[in-house]
Order: sequence, then structure tokens, then C-alpha cells
Amino acid sequence: MSVADFAFYVFALSVLAGGLMTVVSKNPVHSVLWLILAFLSSAGLFVLLGAEFVAMLLVIVYVGAVAVLFLFVVMMLDVDFEELKSGMVQYMPVGLLIGVILLVQLGMAVGVWRFSDAAPGLRAAVTPDPAEVHNTAALGRLIYDDYILLFQLAGLILLVAMIGAIVLTLRHRPDVKRQDVVAQMHRDPASALELKDVKPGQGL
Amino acid sequence: MTAADFSILLPEVLLALFSMTVLLLGVYGGQDRLASLVNTLCVAALLLAALLIGMGEGAARSAFGEMFLDDAFARFAKVVLLLAAAAVLLMSRPYMERRGLLRFEYPVLVVLAVVGMMVMVSAGDLMVLYMGLELQSLALYVVASLRRDSLRSTEAGLKYFVLGALSSGLLLFGASLIYGFSGTTLFSGILSAAGEERLPPGLLIGLVLMMSGLAFKVSAVPFHMWTPDVYEGSPSAVTAFFATAPKVAAMALLARLLFEAFGAAGADWSQVLALLSVASMFVGALAAIGQRDIKRLMAYSSIAHMGFALMGLAAGSALGVQAMLVYMAIYVTMNIGTFAFILSMERDGRAVSDISSLHMLSRGAPLKALAMLVLLFSLAGVPPLVGFFGKFYVLKAALEAGLGWLALAGVIASVIGAFYYLRLVYFMYFGQEGEGLDRAMAPAQRALLLGAAAAMLLGVINLFGVDGAAATAALALVE
Repeated sequence: MSVADFAFYVFALSVLAGGLMTVVSKNPVHSVLWLILAFLSSAGLFVLLGAEFVAMLLVIVYVGAVAVLFLFVVMMLDVDFEELKSGMVQYMPVGLLIGVILLVQLGMAVGVWRFSDAAPGLRAAVTPDPAEVHNTAALGRLIYDDYILLFQLAGLILLVAMIGAIVLTLRHRPDVKRQDVVAQMHRDPASALELKDVKPGQGL
Repeated sequence: MTAADFSILLPEVLLALFSMTVLLLGVYGGQDRLASLVNTLCVAALLLAALLIGMGEGAARSAFGEMFLDDAFARFAKVVLLLAAAAVLLMSRPYMERRGLLRFEYPVLVVLAVVGMMVMVSAGDLMVLYMGLELQSLALYVVASLRRDSLRSTEAGLKYFVLGALSSGLLLFGASLIYGFSGTTLFSGILSAAGEERLPPGLLIGLVLMMSGLAFKVSAVPFHMWTPDVYEGSPSAVTAFFATAPKVAAMALLARLLFEAFGAAGADWSQVLALLSVASMFVGALAAIGQRDIKRLMAYSSIAHMGFALMGLAAGSALGVQAMLVYMAIYVTMNIGTFAFILSMERDGRAVSDISSLHMLSRGAPLKALAMLVLLFSLAGVPPLVGFFGKFYVLKAALEAGLGWLALAGVIASVIGAFYYLRLVYFMYFGQEGEGLDRAMAPAQRALLLGAAAAMLLGVINLFGVDGAAATAALALVE
């Protein structure tokens, strides 16, 4: 077994273990930590595949940003995870049954699987030759040149998501005091201070 | 190269830029005070885009290496859905205004959804298909729960979102199997990779999964569960939108996928479509009988109508595609008219949707009742109204393709379905004395109601030339 094979099995096992523990662990913070392990291990798998750029993206974006965001959400939102999991025993048998049926069906589909004769050629036609182009440059060419339409459409989808989030959650409350910088700067002692002549022995 | 490619997408690009401009206008120019103006601008933009596409004759073009196709089929579908969206925005303004729901984001989201639909009907690639579909769906999920203080509306949005995400999952799984087999996501590539022989099992599973995902979007039985709840819970104006433009887009997308990517395997998908079609027609016809809410009733009605449109596709011929397109155009017109009426249903200023409120409508508002009579007869497919010709085309296509049993089932289902449309007519003309409805109706809604009803009568002469345009469109797809 070469080093690469060994590394593959280590990473693959830790992805599976991380994924499983994310789902079953009782403490939601632990779940997020296991999720980070799963992300890191899959980054390792990408390195083994020769996709360094995607691996680094996974570490930076998923571990660095998404997982931390999850951690914040888990810690700041008051979600009772025990309550969410309360139906687990009840639904487990049905879920397992459906899962097994799906697995068998997929097994049957894979059992008779064959590729089109033209598939390897067609698959290679769109991607640049890995021997000639660097990983990052190849991705850049695909995303920003060949698939610019998809990239722009993805941008539109994100715009819709942003509008949607604002439409559904933003409420303008009239009783909230907001900072008005211009008004603050134009405040002078005459309008801000009121002098009272308080007589001795009396309150205000 | 990119500039030339984008010039083929000109209407889509312009609409997307327009939506961003009015979004900025809305954000910086006074928020919801400008909502009416934004709404009107969006209607104008949609109509202009329809004009631009409708005028643009010429040979089929493709952009980005066949990822985006601009042919007669795409143009026909785009014109229909642009006009439908414009009509819905036009008639939803008074409704939304009266309920304090008219926010400037609503028309902007509708325009963005329309851009997604235009991409869908022009898709020549699995990835473009998915992008268009998601752009459309995401905007629709948001507008479904626009009335965010209402439990029903948020429930509708959430239900739509969860089931829509599930259907997207099915679609993506199918797409990945298809890519796995053929090594390309281009429709033309899939067609050549599949060859002339029988489809291998893996590809067949991929195809069926993708069809299931799209059947969710057109709400064909057995993927229709979400439809009544979403239609009932969403604000009526949004329901009117759901019932029209997205259905055209999803149906056109289904036709595009089946003919462009799996044209050689017609026998394989035709039986799946026939099954979906017959189930939709019967469930739509039978389940609508017990409904008391007119929006739920229209939901089942749309399920039944989708069954008929799928029958046209199941025929698998140019005639079948033409019949499907004509059917969708007629269906959209009828639904716009009917929803214009539903949007105006009020009692003492409050919206009602119970069908018992239609009792003796003919006495209070004879013209409205007459227009509804025409539309309901047309929905039921009573000759000589236009709705009959839609069904006639579809049945003819099914018969010529040797699907006699399907055509027979369609006739039986349409007879059963006629019951609940005629019951509404009975309520309006011979019902009991009830509380009745307010007589007021916004001018835009009145114009669309009467216009749609008039179209149902006058269209008998030559269908306004829609069948000719649909024939050209169908030939562009099938040849």
C-alpha cells in the first residue's frame, strides 16, 4: 500500500466518521466541530485528487467561514436540539426502510451501469489538459470564460436570495431610535442644555 | 465572443438590468411609496420584452456553445409567459394595495422570476436548465410568503420551499446520472451519446428522475401535493402568478429536455408522460368536487389542465407539441380572466374565497357573472368556446399518435371535471339568496376579466393565429 493509498483511507474514514458524529452527537457544538473534521478530511481527499485549489477553498470557505458561522448560529440561537431529535426513535424505522430500499435500487442501477462510448471524449473536451494548465488557471477559464453565463445566473440567484431574506425579515419599527449623524453635529448648547435656577432647599 | 453571445440573450439581460435598476430606485427613492410606480414600470418592461421577442423573427440561434438556444419554440413560450406575468402584475396592484401588501420588492421579484423562466425555456444544457429553474423557484418561494404576518402564507412559502428543494434534489440526481452516462451536459451531446438504440438503464433512471423533478414544477399527479395548500395560502395575486407563467415555463422546459436531449427515446418517456397525464386529469377532476375554497378549486383545476397539456407532449410528435403550446396559451388566458375575478372577490371590503359567496352573483353584477360564465364554460371545455379547441387539439394529437385510450380517458375526465365548473355557474345564476359580494372592481381587473372572456368567444374564429405560431414553434423543436 503506497502512502497515497494509506492517506486516502485515513481521509475517507475520517470523513465518514465526522459525518456520522455530526448527525448523532448530542451537543450541537460538538456537531459543528465534527463537521469541521469532515470538511478538513474532504479537503485532504481533494489534494489526493490533484485539485489543490478546491481543497484550499474548502478549508478557507467552509472551515474558515461557514463552520464558524454555524458555530455562531448554534451558540446564539436558542434551539432545543433535544426536542428536535425527540421523534428520532419514532421515525428511525421508516427512515431506515426507505434508505435501504433506495440503496438496493441504486445498487441495481449501478450493477447494470455502462458509460456511453463517446463519454470519455466528451468529458475531456470541455476541460483543459491538466498536464499543461495549472489547476487554478483551468478553473478560472472554465468559470469566467466558458461558463460565464452560469456564473452570472448564479449571481442573479444570490441577488434574489438577498432580496428575499430582506423582504421576509426586515421590519421598520417606528419606535426604534436611530443615530442621525447630521442632527448630532448640528446640536448646539442652546438646544441641548436647559438651565434651571434651583432654589435652595427645594427639589426640581 | 462573449459580447456576441450576450447579444443573443439581449431580452434576458435587459430585463435583469431593469430589475436591478428599479430595485435601486425602490431602495433609495422612497421604499414602498414608490411600489405602484415600480409595479407599472415592471408591467411596461415585461410588455416591451414580449414585443422585442415577438418581433424578432429569424433563424434559430444559439449562444455559449449551444448552452442557450433562441429558436421559435423559445420565443413562443417567452411571449406567452411575459404577457401572462405582465397581466398578473397589472391586476395584482389593486389587490395588493388594498391589503397593504404592495411592496416594491414584489414586482422586482416577479421580473427576476420571469428572467429565470426565460432562461429555462431557452436552456440547451443541464446546468443552464437548473440555474433558470432555481432563479425562478427561489423568487416564487419568497413571493408565496409575502404576507409574512399570516400563518397560512408563511406555511405556503415553507411548504413550497421544502417540496421544491426536494424536487430540485431529484432533478439534480437525475442530471448527474445523465452526465455520468454521456459525459456532457449539453442536450445535443446527450442526444448523440445516447444514440439510436434503447436507453441504457442508468440513463433511463436519470431521465425519469429529471421528469419527476419537473412534474413537481408543473404539479402533475403524483407530485401535486403542494399545489392546493400553496395556492390557498399565498396571497391571491401570487396564486394567480403561480397558476400561469411558471406552468408555461416548466411545461416548455419539459418539452425542451425531452425532445432536444432524448428525442430518440420517445417511446420510453411517452409512457411515463401518459401515466402522469391520466393520473393528473382524474385526480384534478375528482378532488376538485369537494372543494369549498375557490383557490383550492383552481389548484385542482390547474392540475387537471396540466394533465391535458402533458397528453399533448405524450403524443411525442410535432402536432403534440403544437397542441401543448396552444393548450398552455389558452389555459393561461382563461386563468388570468378567472383570477382577475377572484382578486376582486370582496365582501364589505374583506377578501373572501369561499365559493358560497358566488350565490346569485348574476343579480348583483350581471356583466361579471356573464364573463365568469364564459370563462368557466371555457375551462370545462364546452364547445364552441376556445377552451374546447385546446382540448380538441390535444385529443387529436393523442389519437394520431395511437394513444386512443389516453384520449378516451381525457374525454371522461373532462366530463367529470365539467361538474364543478358548472356548479359554480349554477351558484351564480340559480343559487340561494346569500350575502353576495361587493360590486366594486378595479378597472384593470375588470378589463382583464372582460378581455379574457371576450377572447374565449372571439378566438373561435381563428384562435388569434396562436395555432399557426405554435406550429412554427413545434417544428423548431421537433425537427
